[in-house]
Amino acid sequence: MSAAVTGSQGLWFLSRGSGLVLLVLFSLVVVLGVATRTGSAPARWPRFAVAELHRTLSLFAVALLVLHVVTAILDPFVTIGWAATLLPFASPYRTLAIGLGTLAVDLAGAVLVTSLARRRLGQRAWRAVHWLAYLAWPAAFLHSLTAGNDLGIWWVALVEVGSAAAVAAAVLARLFGRVRGGDPRGPGGPPPTRAATKPRRVPATSKAGGR
Amino acid sequence: MTTTGARLRVDPIACDGRGLCAEVLPELITLDDWGFPIIGDGEVPPGLMAAAGEAIRLCPLLALRRC
Amino acid sequence: MNAVDTRNREADGGPGLRAGHLPRLLPQRRGGGPASWEEHCARHGGLPVIGWDEGWRGQLMAEVGRSGLTGRGGAGFPTARKLRAVAAGRDAPVVIANGTEGEPASAKDKVLLAREPHLVLDGAVLAAQLVGARQAFVVVHEAVREIVDGAVAERKQGRRDGIRLKVMTGADRFVGGEASALVNWVGNGIPLPTVTPPRAAEHGLYGRPTLVQNVETLAHLALIARYGAAWFRSLGTAAEPGSMLVTLIGGVHRPGVYEIEIGRPVGEILALAGGPAVPLGALLVGGYFGTWAGPEAACPLPFSANGLSEVGASPGAGLIAALPADSCGLAETARVARYLAGESAGQCGPCVFGLDAIAGALEDLAVGRSFRPDLLRRWTGQVEGRGACHHPDGAVRLIRSALRVFGAEIDRHAQGLCCGRRPLGVLPVPPRRQP
Repeated sequence: MSAAVTGSQGLWFLSRGSGLVLLVLFSLVVVLGVATRTGSAPARWPRFAVAELHRTLSLFAVALLVLHVVTAILDPFVTIGWAATLLPFASPYRTLAIGLGTLAVDLAGAVLVTSLARRRLGQRAWRAVHWLAYLAWPAAFLHSLTAGNDLGIWWVALVEVGSAAAVAAAVLARLFGRVRGGDPRGPGGPPPTRAATKPRRVPATSKAGGR
Repeated sequence: MTTTGARLRVDPIACDGRGLCAEVLPELITLDDWGFPIIGDGEVPPGLMAAAGEAIRLCPLLALRRC
Repeated sequence: MNAVDTRNREADGGPGLRAGHLPRLLPQRRGGGPASWEEHCARHGGLPVIGWDEGWRGQLMAEVGRSGLTGRGGAGFPTARKLRAVAAGRDAPVVIANGTEGEPASAKDKVLLAREPHLVLDGAVLAAQLVGARQAFVVVHEAVREIVDGAVAERKQGRRDGIRLKVMTGADRFVGGEASALVNWVGNGIPLPTVTPPRAAEHGLYGRPTLVQNVETLAHLALIARYGAAWFRSLGTAAEPGSMLVTLIGGVHRPGVYEIEIGRPVGEILALAGGPAVPLGALLVGGYFGTWAGPEAACPLPFSANGLSEVGASPGAGLIAALPADSCGLAETARVARYLAGESAGQCGPCVFGLDAIAGALEDLAVGRSFRPDLLRRWTGQVEGRGACHHPDGAVRLIRSALRVFGAEIDRHAQGLCCGRRPLGVLPVPPRRQP
């Protein structure tokens, strides 16, 4: 009987612990994703390293996510049910909180699958789904605030705040930042200031006279 | 000397000068003064096939292609 | 259907259509305005009615091949080869007649459509019948839209054609006349060039084989169908037969559009326009993707691809701009370069950023602020061939020829001096559009 209790406690700790690590990982992945897009990198890091780290960490996070979900469902003290792994708001226990987590899993799952099949899907389809990451993270974050009981612990609260701050900074950089391009060692000097992306000017013509 | 028959080309409309390709394959790809890749003519030598595959996979816009 | 054999008909339609004589496309007529359907038929006779008889189509296709007709839009691609490529496609083809004339200095397509719209429309109908298309889009410059609409309406009255003709106005962009951009303009209203291959002949409008042909080429086609290949070849050179329209601007007495025999010396063509009104410093041959040449070197040369190659030029879109000696060729080129940079579709980095940088360097040179031949050489080399279309290549060609021909001016500018006394504007540049 005590073994069962200890086992159950173990599952519960694993679930909470993996959840916290996941929040950190997921936040890092978002930050790295923005860094990949804007082409910014710490001093001497090549851009491909940033892109690869983004990918590697996200795959690692998926593995940890499996652990997190399985331990939570196997935990006998709370009834979540297997349906809730993919179906949002299907858990009798803390329906909303768990549901947010399920939502995050669904969205992140779509991002994962499309990313693995990117070459076959093509850039447009991949990109459209990848934007869902900006919905998945808030869902995961809100899940972490509502599904756990540990916000009273000071360092848990610190992790929550830190993660949110990092992602907020990344989102601002994504919205207002510039793409840095060009080899700064070119003989013409630093390249002329580039806009974030190439301007597609032609659609500005008036179509009215066309037909 | 074996030939691979593989050539690289970049779709200039898809490319946005992110520069990852030139980082992993500097022997064949250099960047112009605005960050856009200049691909060397000719085949990819056998020793660089792996790196070329990496460069194709890494392009965030799927602009680098093999032909 | 009556198959009226009007090929090789000798001229009972008027003096201009004898073998070996001009004018062909642009006859002298009393009164302004376009030739009506009646006037057109009086001169050329009705359109040879082909019907869908496979044999007739093959005969005319062979005739076009024998004529050696090439595209008059600037690229000079053999027309018969293009027709065959489109006809060989699997899906139902479609025809797009290109009268957009995005080149600001050129006026030949506008003039042709304004004066002889039925000749062009005949050609569009014939081309459609040759490739097996049921529909032809006629995309024209805004200036002549009304006239072409009127001509199409005239034809519809008699239900003559059996091909659906749809008139559209072209995009007001330099790149709007590029084949793939034109296909996109017709298809979805956005004149953006795409990467070729696949070419429009294989995969164009709605994915179907598409014949994109300049309106002047179609007009020649309409005449070949009536008078035959031998008649067409009675003018021009053996390698480059026929006549073509040229636009003369700048320091000549009578700027305008003229029809010439291919291979006529450049100096004689200038004489058609009354000759130089002022001493000339240089000639821009071909268009804004063309080449500068010195007048002494260029004037004796035949106006043909072979003849002009001696100075690195080609007929292109048929423009000859005569630059007065007291104009600053560098400043004019810098102005055109800035225009071309602004007309980039903005899809390809080397074109967008490269042409902008090159235009900036040329502007600096033109005002004597700085001279960086190393940068100009480097950047023109980096830009060439690295776009989806040939916009950057054409611009580079113009700029390289300017650096070659205006060498003496460059030295003066590098010292902060300039010889130009005439205000800028020999080469027309449309006003900057709102972004």
